[in-house]
Amino acid sequence: MNTLDIRNLSVRVAGNEILKNFSLTIPKGEVHAIMGPNGTGKSTLAKALAGHEDYEITGGDVLLDGTSILELEPDERSRSGLFMAFQYPSEIPGVSIANFIRAALQARLAEGEELEATKYYKRLYEKMDLLSIDRKFTARSVNEGFSGGEKKRCEILQLAMLEPKYAILDETDSGLDIDALKVVAHGVNTLRSQNMGVLLITHYQRLLNYIVPDRVHVMYDGRIVKSGPKELALELEANGYEWVRDHATATA
Amino acid sequence: MSSTLQAPATGATPASLEAAFARHLEECRQLPDWWLEMKRSAFERYRSLPMPSRKDQSWRFSRLRGLELDRFDFNSTTPAADHAGLIARSNLVSRTAGSMVFSDDRLIHNQPVAAELAAQGVVWEPIADALQQHRELLQEYFMAQDPRLGSEKFAALHTAFVNAGCLLYIPKGVEVELPFIAYHWASVAGGTVLPHTLVIAEESARLTLVDAFFAADRSAPHFACGFNHIFAGDNAEVQYYSLQDWSRRAVGFQINSLVTGRDARIKSLGINTGCSHFRGEHQSLLQGAGSHVDMFSLSVASGEQEMDQRTLQRHLAPNATSDLLFKNALSDASRTIFSGLIEVAEAAQQTDAYQTNRNLLLSPEAEANSLPGLEIHANDVKCSHGATTGQIDESEMFYMLSRGIPLNKARELLVFGFFEEVIGNIDEDEMADNVRALIERKFHEDASAQ
Repeated sequence: MNTLDIRNLSVRVAGNEILKNFSLTIPKGEVHAIMGPNGTGKSTLAKALAGHEDYEITGGDVLLDGTSILELEPDERSRSGLFMAFQYPSEIPGVSIANFIRAALQARLAEGEELEATKYYKRLYEKMDLLSIDRKFTARSVNEGFSGGEKKRCEILQLAMLEPKYAILDETDSGLDIDALKVVAHGVNTLRSQNMGVLLITHYQRLLNYIVPDRVHVMYDGRIVKSGPKELALELEANGYEWVRDHATATA
Repeated sequence: MSSTLQAPATGATPASLEAAFARHLEECRQLPDWWLEMKRSAFERYRSLPMPSRKDQSWRFSRLRGLELDRFDFNSTTPAADHAGLIARSNLVSRTAGSMVFSDDRLIHNQPVAAELAAQGVVWEPIADALQQHRELLQEYFMAQDPRLGSEKFAALHTAFVNAGCLLYIPKGVEVELPFIAYHWASVAGGTVLPHTLVIAEESARLTLVDAFFAADRSAPHFACGFNHIFAGDNAEVQYYSLQDWSRRAVGFQINSLVTGRDARIKSLGINTGCSHFRGEHQSLLQGAGSHVDMFSLSVASGEQEMDQRTLQRHLAPNATSDLLFKNALSDASRTIFSGLIEVAEAAQQTDAYQTNRNLLLSPEAEANSLPGLEIHANDVKCSHGATTGQIDESEMFYMLSRGIPLNKARELLVFGFFEEVIGNIDEDEMADNVRALIERKFHEDASAQ
């Protein structure tokens, strides 16, 4: 029951089937990594799980702690405990980070219940310190004019504040220099716990030097073609994605 | 599309405009002759000028035609019993350098400037009082800038009937930290208000002034025709804020004129929420070298409101800069018109002038018209204009939803985010918060009206 269970999921985007009978189970307390070449459907998986309307589910199911989330709207999926850190987070002019996260937390409270402002800010500042985010950022508009690293840290800040049951980190390492990557990885490692399952989606093995996964899955052409312990990432790094392609063709 | 604009019947039958003007003159007979003479000739000019029509370039897209002014009462007076309530509601800013409250064009409250400022020569007076002591100032500056954006006839009407307004004069080198504020209330249903604001900042003077246009009953009809003229002398710095929240059944005109001296800086920022038909004209005359003007506006239209705004950035002097940002958010079947012109004279080299109009469509029936324009006679300038009209950005919306924020709240946050680019330029925090509250109130009223 304590799993994010993706069962035979098929997803179509603009008429093309991108995910094909995709299955993966992520237990709470574990970090799983999905690696794969560009165009193999990694980001489609993330968007489809988050409930983006352009991603049409044509088959299969997604169970969060045993309950299907496919009929839920994107905001309901989030409130049920799913979080996605975007590869390219939107800039939202005129909405401050503090107000944005506050609205997200407020939405998780019962009707008539109000978020307590002082406690909220105390917690927000703690998490910002953890991620080396300047406290002045609270008043800045969400992601507006942020560097790549600042955007990714802002995503992890939201993860830290919303405390989801399952987090999907879509290419969180892309566009980061090594220092920014270390900060983000430190943040994620601090948040790792028995209460959260994490799915790291990445193109490069580099991220996995800093966030060490429990399992590594190799994705190719819309499905997982190989799974293994963390060493699989190194093997993949050594052999390149062509190895995966050959492997996928051989097993298909 | 060619609906005729008519004042709603108000029960009473107001006198004809001629009779109303005769009565107005009678009421201000104790004022100086030159003032009354000016009014008489203005009334003649009003009668001789044609009513604008949509065939005029400066009235393109405007639905305003056949405005039957004599349906409004030009001699309306607020009952004395209502004064205290209106004064209490005049609370946009709590600490001011001076404030006045007018209702139906009568002064009902006046907080003069502190003795210290008065001793430095600061003048903050109702125009009717200033006519005696500050005749030279008024003769030089009152309505001294002709409207260039189409409202000549309404300028004449305003001059003929003007009774409410303030004169703010800041002498050379005097800096006033706290804002001045003038409240104008439209109180009697079917009445008229003609607010006037005249600001003269001498060399290196600094000031902030707020005009607040409010309706006692936000569903009663009335007619408003206000003018404000701001003269910033060399190196002076003026911030001017106007908040137009007339009733939802009002017809309103607001004509804003800015003139800069050398190195002067003016920031003008207007918020519009009221009126069934609102016409705003904003003209800046950059006649001092090195001067700078910022022109901001935010209009929040809903129902069948029409907000019609015309702007002119007229650069006459070199090295001057102007920056304009007009934003409109349109719900329901509302419509907006933005027509802007940057005009750069031959002598105005090294001009930097920008003009941006952004429209956020919140309903498929809303209509935003945008007519940006440039007229450049100098050869070494940087000018640009841009207009965008669009709906709420889907990727921003998805991002909000993906954080668990429900659709309605996400929409509200995104719309208010759109407003912040203008509201964030209000330097008075208390006023900025009150502006946010006022717009929120409008949103909730609209929501509950549906």
